[in-house]
Amino acid sequence: MKAAVVQFPGSNCDRDMAVALEKSGADVTTVWHKDAALPKGVDLVAIPGGFSFGDYLRCGAIAANSPICNAVVDHANAGGYVLGVCNGFQILTETGLLPGALLRNAGLKYICRTVGLKVETSNSAYTEGYNAGAEIGVPIAHHDGNYFADDETIAKLKGDDRVAFTYTDNPNGSRGDIAGILSENRRVLGMMPHPERAYEQAHGNTDGQRLFAGLMAQLADA
Amino acid sequence: MKARVHVMLKDGVLDPQGAAVKHALGALGFDGVDGVRQGKVIELDLADGATEAQVGEMCEKLLANTVIESYRIEVL
Repeated sequence: MKAAVVQFPGSNCDRDMAVALEKSGADVTTVWHKDAALPKGVDLVAIPGGFSFGDYLRCGAIAANSPICNAVVDHANAGGYVLGVCNGFQILTETGLLPGALLRNAGLKYICRTVGLKVETSNSAYTEGYNAGAEIGVPIAHHDGNYFADDETIAKLKGDDRVAFTYTDNPNGSRGDIAGILSENRRVLGMMPHPERAYEQAHGNTDGQRLFAGLMAQLADA
Repeated sequence: MKARVHVMLKDGVLDPQGAAVKHALGALGFDGVDGVRQGKVIELDLADGATEAQVGEMCEKLLANTVIESYRIEVL
């Protein structure tokens, strides 16, 4: 699997993401926000966490309009895989690749701790390594992770089995306890929790590993 | 031409910052504040020939996220 990790000014989880992908067996390239094209033959684009462009205007708004994001949107529209974690999820909603938006946490506080997640579907490359209904622990670290979408969108996400993860104890006010959602073709995943921070024993928890393993299984020959 | 863009969270979208400001006003003894909504104001200094329609495009594409925010353009 060939993967590209996008770096913006203010990204800070790019290296962790690259390490998790490499340890899973991917061939990883890092791309800069000013690049107008992705490396040839990339299967997966990973948009890491951080504070792209200082979160100015709105989290992810400026990054979503950068040259590389045009290429990421084209990649997704052509059926490519895109994983957005934390700020990456915010960027994906700002590009319109995923519906809804991430608002300020309901409690107004930045929250950095491991939370319980329920795997809502195993029907995606990202979640096929888990059993639907399984509970896992994955760290969050965000100030703006309060998922919002209108009633119709939430109903559609649920009806189409596109909610990938929910919080077992909602930390931020997200509607429907939503922690991560899939695109219509199930190849774009945005999630606030950080699976790359629950990858190695040294992290204290390896529950994120199966997300990467599932991707590898799906894309190994691609 | 100058334009001022007012961006507000749409009705029905939770505004925790506005709620915190309301709470703080109450704590200061300002009774009778039934609600606070916090938004932002963006001032644009525009070259001659710029149109309000162009400012509208800027709002749609970048200045506001119309999933959660509404905007109002004021030409100065």
